[in-house]
Amino acid sequence: MDLDELYQEVILDHYKHPRGTGLREPYEGESHQVNPTCGDEITLRVHVEDGRLADVSYQNVGCSISKASASVLYELVNDVPVDEARTKMDEFTELMNSKGLGEPDEDTLEDAVAFTGVSKYPMRVKCALLGWMALKDALIRAEASVPTPRGGAE
Amino acid sequence: MEAVNSLDVEAVRADFPILQRKIGDKPLAYLDSAATSQKPAQVTDAMRRFSDYSNANISRSVHTMAAEATDAYEGARAKVASFIGAPSPDEVIFTKNSTEAINLMTYAFQNASVERGADPRFTLRPGDEVVVTEMEHHANLVPWQQLCLRTGATLRWLGVTDSGRLDLDDLHEVVNERTKVVSFTHVSNLLGTVNPTAAVVARAKEVGALVGLDSSQAAPHLPVDVAGLGVDFIAFTGHKMLGPTGIGMLWARAELLGAMPPFLSGGSMIETVTMERTTFAGPPAKFEAGTPPVAEAVGLAAAIEYLEALGMDHVRAHEQDMAGYMLEGLGAVDGLTVIGPDVPTDRIATVSFTFADIHPHDVGQVLDSEGIAVRVGHHCAKPTCARFGVTATTRASAHVYTTTDEIDRLVSALEKVRKVFA
Repeated sequence: MDLDELYQEVILDHYKHPRGTGLREPYEGESHQVNPTCGDEITLRVHVEDGRLADVSYQNVGCSISKASASVLYELVNDVPVDEARTKMDEFTELMNSKGLGEPDEDTLEDAVAFTGVSKYPMRVKCALLGWMALKDALIRAEASVPTPRGGAE
Repeated sequence: MEAVNSLDVEAVRADFPILQRKIGDKPLAYLDSAATSQKPAQVTDAMRRFSDYSNANISRSVHTMAAEATDAYEGARAKVASFIGAPSPDEVIFTKNSTEAINLMTYAFQNASVERGADPRFTLRPGDEVVVTEMEHHANLVPWQQLCLRTGATLRWLGVTDSGRLDLDDLHEVVNERTKVVSFTHVSNLLGTVNPTAAVVARAKEVGALVGLDSSQAAPHLPVDVAGLGVDFIAFTGHKMLGPTGIGMLWARAELLGAMPPFLSGGSMIETVTMERTTFAGPPAKFEAGTPPVAEAVGLAAAIEYLEALGMDHVRAHEQDMAGYMLEGLGAVDGLTVIGPDVPTDRIATVSFTFADIHPHDVGQVLDSEGIAVRVGHHCAKPTCARFGVTATTRASAHVYTTTDEIDRLVSALEKVRKVFA
């Protein structure tokens, strides 16, 4: 097994120096996701303003793949239009389901292309998708909530 | 008084074809036997012989193969009974696994609690108490917890000490006059601890509670004698003791089985049936609705024969040696913390650990690249993980085919793990 293909430098760098961590206010949607097989967890919040993801904040415990994936997620979708974030989410999900055969677009997925190798390891795909599942859920919750000026809608 | 380790491990290994395989270009080091053990050719051969020659449904037809199949199935039951010192084969119920065996018990309580005229030992009401421990596999926690939620009984538990032993300080308080049943793990699947059953059993008897064991991790490694243990029931499973998946066992005292309402109902468990009513067969048939796992029973019997030929004292002695070797090797690794007893006394060679803040998934992945198979995660014992402030551990576990060389490979591969994530 080629370990370097799984643990690419980019992934290890995001793992060791995660971007955008911590839970912040304001936010309209929050999601808590758990990987029941390993106990990994993430809490992720979205702050939507004028159709843009003005802030994505998160707190997580997990393996290098799940932590690096959350960090890459932050870089990709923070401060971009919600529609564009959804497109990236779909592209990344498709890449993770590609069993190593995906040919990701580096222009849209940037550092996330490093996860192509992860998609060959079915046991780790869930790790890589945990943060993205939280994003998907948090966006649905944000849409369903009544927006308040300072966020933190209940 | 331990037997000398006289297992010929190389001869044992020759019986397990899977141990010859490679993972990538590395020879397999299988250190995940606590999850499932490997099976010797004697087991798979027995199952194949049965399937190729005698396969038939049991207890139904009069033809030759049906008789052979019934003999094989009931022979397996007798084999299990003698393996655990049960007075009668009729006290052994075949199930799918340990989980189902424990559910068979909890549903006996639940059904008795709603049926009229049920044996009061099995009826649970608010005010009654059920006792487990903080080191249970979910299989011996969730069924009792759910039973308590449904009946209004209270679930209580014995704690675990920092060194991974059962905390018996408040045994007399936790197990008391309100306790109706105590069900606890014989050997912890996460900590490797062999529990002091005598103290808990004695206290349960003193207060008139039923008492049973989850022996899933004990039966593969230690001599288990139900009479000596003095318990009312035990659950264990075939696939952790060199047998096939798909077959587990509940042993319970005959008198109790007679008083317990059935769990699953349907074919083969009846005495007579009309459109309005059914009367049930006696145990064990009462608890074995539907066609049972016949080929699996044949494989299980072969596995027990294999273990008996090695001698459970020798199996135990080898286990003890591996536990000592593993603890010594892992204990010397910088940044590694063993979760569980750090001495080989009253423990098996199932060793959980955390390593230098590196997530167990990552540890397991790098070990796999060296051909080393370990378990990572919460091991279906989340409350036990929480007790030690971790979400997951890496766990190495041994069996009769485990060598010191494999443990050496594990220890040195941890340095590769460190390098990748440093």
